[in-house]
Amino acid sequence: MPSSVIEITVNGSEEEFIAKPGTTLLGALRDTLGLTAAKRGCGVGTCGTCTCHVDGEAVMSCLVPVETINGATVRTLEGTTPADGLSPLQQAFLDNFATQCGFCTPGMIMAAEALLAVNPAPTREDVVTAISGNVCRCTGYESIIEAILIAAEATS
Amino acid sequence: MSEGNGANGNSTFDVIGKPVQRLDSLGHVTGRTQFFEDVNPAGMLHLKMHRSERHHANLVSVDTSEAEKVKGVVQILTHEDVPKNWYTVLTLINVGYPEELVLAEKKVLWYGEPIVAVVATSERAAREGAAAVKVEYEDLEPIFDVEEAIKADAYPLKPHGTNYFEYEGHHCRRVRLGDVEKGFAEADHIFEFKYQSKPIEQAPTETTGCIVEPRHDGRLKIYSNTQAAFFTLDNTALILDVPFGKLQVVGGTVGGGFGGKVDVTVEPITCIAAMKTGKPVKYVYDRYEEMQISSPRAAERIYIKDGVMNDGTIVARQVTLYADAGAYSRHSPYATTKAAAHMPGPYNIPNVHIDSWCVYTNRTPSSAMRGFGVTIGDFALETTMDRIARALDLDPLQLRLKNAYRDGDMKAHHKVAEGTALIEVIQKAAEQVGHELPDEYRAMSSKEAR
Ligand code: FES
Ligand code: FES
Repeated sequence: MPSSVIEITVNGSEEEFIAKPGTTLLGALRDTLGLTAAKRGCGVGTCGTCTCHVDGEAVMSCLVPVETINGATVRTLEGTTPADGLSPLQQAFLDNFATQCGFCTPGMIMAAEALLAVNPAPTREDVVTAISGNVCRCTGYESIIEAILIAAEATS
Repeated sequence: MSEGNGANGNSTFDVIGKPVQRLDSLGHVTGRTQFFEDVNPAGMLHLKMHRSERHHANLVSVDTSEAEKVKGVVQILTHEDVPKNWYTVLTLINVGYPEELVLAEKKVLWYGEPIVAVVATSERAAREGAAAVKVEYEDLEPIFDVEEAIKADAYPLKPHGTNYFEYEGHHCRRVRLGDVEKGFAEADHIFEFKYQSKPIEQAPTETTGCIVEPRHDGRLKIYSNTQAAFFTLDNTALILDVPFGKLQVVGGTVGGGFGGKVDVTVEPITCIAAMKTGKPVKYVYDRYEEMQISSPRAAERIYIKDGVMNDGTIVARQVTLYADAGAYSRHSPYATTKAAAHMPGPYNIPNVHIDSWCVYTNRTPSSAMRGFGVTIGDFALETTMDRIARALDLDPLQLRLKNAYRDGDMKAHHKVAEGTALIEVIQKAAEQVGHELPDEYRAMSSKEAR
């Protein structure tokens, strides 16, 4: 199978590159575009550390063959960080000790961003459901759930 | 920054009692923290391992010819490529002798033991290459049970002949105080319990791995998520048979470790691959390897026999503990010593007999995990305390207070207890949860001699 030319918009910038068949969105972001915020905790869709947005929806980028999303708009944690500081979610994660080793954090924040975009005033249940595909081995989740609820309150 | 400190009496205490931001959390929330895998040197190769598919077997033949034909495969490594193939990580603190192999030679002792490393231009090619290695086995009976392993007629797994780690010529780590048999004879009650734990996987969110980059000055730069940078550097240098100064470890950023990243399992072979190819090489466990191959907390089997008086005073405690090290030592001999030292719990017991065994089996080598060597023992000890309290109809906190160490008590391993505080901790905890204690228990003090 030949490689394909991929055109996607990533964090507002139009990118064009060649991808071998089977290249995942995660692989393209990390290895081709040098955007390493999204992590590979499993590569098989079980941990959520690779969570990014494709056309506004949270996806596990390790499961998305990049050739299947040609033309799409992709957002990663790099793209949600304002030039002059932190997003409300980032600030809430920081202030509420919702990050320990930090490996799950990019995926958690992207999952939370996707939730708040469609549901600015989520219940605790909504938050738990939104991050149910994201594994955190360090925090025990409580601080993360709290941070997301606090960020929602701060912005709504 | 505070100017004062406790020592000169003008402490400003600007940290204690206040939340302080972790230095690295700003990087975490912005995704700028650099984990080892975020390094991506040009021309990087990928290493994958062909692993044993038997728990215990002789290797009849290892055929790498098909692997060599896989497109993208550039290097195949066997034990012959490893300068010092036999190692043991605790050699740095003079514990044990080389008994683990970087790559298997004549036999395999566990399902997953590395046999052949395949280096390729892509992860996929490396994986296909590793899968194409053909190994012919002659099966041997595996041993999975610690008490089976130490039987006199058990198959010896180790070159030195015993299926247990020898502590200065002894079959186990021993602690002796008083005379337990006498204590049992005097006791009003004898309690005997058996506990068995399973191996527990640390399951860090980031899997174990490293990237090794050959530098122009001839040194190797190792980007690693090890929890033990210097330990890794020294052990790797010993395996490569190079001076320590030849290696540089860049580490400290660990995507969860919990003890799972203190063994030196990926760096040495990746260094060899980098030296052979002259290229940067990455070797990172996939999720399956992290869960199945990386060393878990040891499973322990613990037998506890207690002699107890009617009033709850424990007069004798005998513990026989078997830690399942799996096929190789890793950190288990150390953990088993810790386990022995941790017994008989924080209690003043005049007659104590502890045998703490570090046993080899054909299971995945076990190693460090949060409080390894003591956590399971504590579970067994404190469950025992609760069971005794229930059997004698005593309050579980009063039972503990009655037996708790006080300053001046002789511990089982012949050290005088000092700085004890269990009594005060229990009193405070009882107060906070509204657990009523009689006056005599509230008046107890760690400082008051028995
Ligand atoms: S890396 Fe994508 S879900 Fe784990
Ligand atoms: S902070 Fe370590 S996995 Fe979540």
